[in-house]
Amino acid sequence: MASEAELRLRERLGRLRRTGLLGGARLSGELERLQRQLDRLTTEPSDEEIWRSVELARHQDRPYTLDYVQRLCEDFVELRGDRARADDAALVTGLARFGGRTIALIGQQKGRDIRERTRRNFGMAHPEGYRKGMRVMEIAERHCFPLVTFVDTPGAYPGVAAEQHGQGGAIARSQALMARLTVPVVTSVIGEGSSGGASAIALADRILMQEHAIFVVISPEGCAAILWRDAAEARKAAAAFKPDAAHCLELGVVDAIVPEPEGGAHTNHDEAARLLGESLSEALEDLETIPGDELRRLRRARFRALGVFAPTPAPA
Amino acid sequence: MSSRIDVSIEHRHSPEQPERTHPNTCPKCDSHYRDDELDASLWVCPQCGHHFPVRARRRIAQLADEGSFSEDAADLRSEDPLGFFDLRPYTERLAEAETSTGLGEAIVIGEAAIEERPCELAVMDFAFMGGSMGSVVGEKFSRACDSAAERGLPLVSVTASGGARMQEGILSLMQLPKAVCAVEDLRDAGCALISVMSHPTTAGVMASFASLGDVLVAEPGALLAFTGPRVVQQTTREKLPDQVGLAESNHPVGHIDAIVPRPQRRAYVGRLLRLFANGK
Repeated sequence: MASEAELRLRERLGRLRRTGLLGGARLSGELERLQRQLDRLTTEPSDEEIWRSVELARHQDRPYTLDYVQRLCEDFVELRGDRARADDAALVTGLARFGGRTIALIGQQKGRDIRERTRRNFGMAHPEGYRKGMRVMEIAERHCFPLVTFVDTPGAYPGVAAEQHGQGGAIARSQALMARLTVPVVTSVIGEGSSGGASAIALADRILMQEHAIFVVISPEGCAAILWRDAAEARKAAAAFKPDAAHCLELGVVDAIVPEPEGGAHTNHDEAARLLGESLSEALEDLETIPGDELRRLRRARFRALGVFAPTPAPA
Repeated sequence: MSSRIDVSIEHRHSPEQPERTHPNTCPKCDSHYRDDELDASLWVCPQCGHHFPVRARRRIAQLADEGSFSEDAADLRSEDPLGFFDLRPYTERLAEAETSTGLGEAIVIGEAAIEERPCELAVMDFAFMGGSMGSVVGEKFSRACDSAAERGLPLVSVTASGGARMQEGILSLMQLPKAVCAVEDLRDAGCALISVMSHPTTAGVMASFASLGDVLVAEPGALLAFTGPRVVQQTTREKLPDQVGLAESNHPVGHIDAIVPRPQRRAYVGRLLRLFANGK
């Protein structure tokens, strides 16, 4: 696996180098970015480094969705409510200007202090949140706005009301709607990308992942509780299921790793936002050249290629 | 005798002993049956209507016309992309599941006919690692969608799953969007998806293709939930209403179209297939 991802990156690097002057300055940025990713890939993170990412991804001072929106966008207008029964503050949506274009935004939002944390339900959305998100996806599709999503959640909320209001169905339909969009979709994993609550808004053309974010099928504690029968074994679980950005890139789950300021995104919100903004606008510019139908076809093909099994299918 | 001595302090945290009941004893009414009696009743308790869990092959036999099923992609096997090792290596768990179930993975797909209407079938098996969805389940379900789309036929899925397979890490989470994309390709081809949800249909499978059927049909008593009641209780400490998450509580609030007992299932699905075929 390692060598395959490495080869893919090396091949892209080689191709970019050969195109020489055509791409100009932007291309050289891309070159550096790929080179950095390659360097990261060839040095496999240790178990300690993986656990450090888990801690940094959940750091209480880490920038959240609205911190990035505030720094990267102009004219942000928040849109509220699912038009059926509630406004879920755990998931924020809206429209804003980014790099001269209007974009539709969806992202989970955690709180800074205990009051806001409670109000935001620690970034754990109910079905109402995902339905609000779908409403904004429809606006994006109707008006040809690119969709930008920020993933930062410990998971979809596991409560009685959430179940009664159809949590599973809401997550499924949110993904299904994203698979139908003909506008560019870029997802950034900016903290915890945990389970179905994360994948509900991550069916994107490009998934960017911050250096110290994690992308997991279940929290390390949850995994440890089930497989080790002891939540305290979370470190072992994290080391075993490798939720860090380098491994996600290696497995082809994410398309690029976004560097963070030295010490982690929480040390310098402005610099973290600048780095994320760079990758985001590169990704959007790439995608905006592709026709809508093709974009959708490629998006589905991207996800349908994910998985490791034997025998390997013959190339089509 | 010794059970009367209070050992609650030592035993407070010890795991509960699983009840040793015979698989042919009804957990609801304690009636006991021979295999042939339960076969004849499609593994539904003749006394109280409890639906016993049914393995994939038997389910196909119950649902599809006799001899109509032809299996596809039976050779697909999971790999171990992460070198996953919890208390035991993932590869060992896989090998054990294959030996004990006689299946290569937690889902069986293939062509079939139900009440003489041709269709594609995708049937999950809870006995294979809790019906968990890893790369192979995602791939086989997607191939079932493609096979149905190519032939212009409806896909009937029967789910039984505890969710994504943790041992494949993030790749197992990616099977949710993968399966969703396959369903969207199936829809673009104009084909129907009938989703039969059996016990249990939870987490990753509930949050992807199982919920996306044009018609959602549940088995009586099936747990249909994103998060199961035990985990809800542990995380939120909420007081749980009766029947929370069961098909019977999902039906009145509009999450599923119907609860259909097993003996009527073939006729019910057959009628849906005729309707979706619209006289063709």
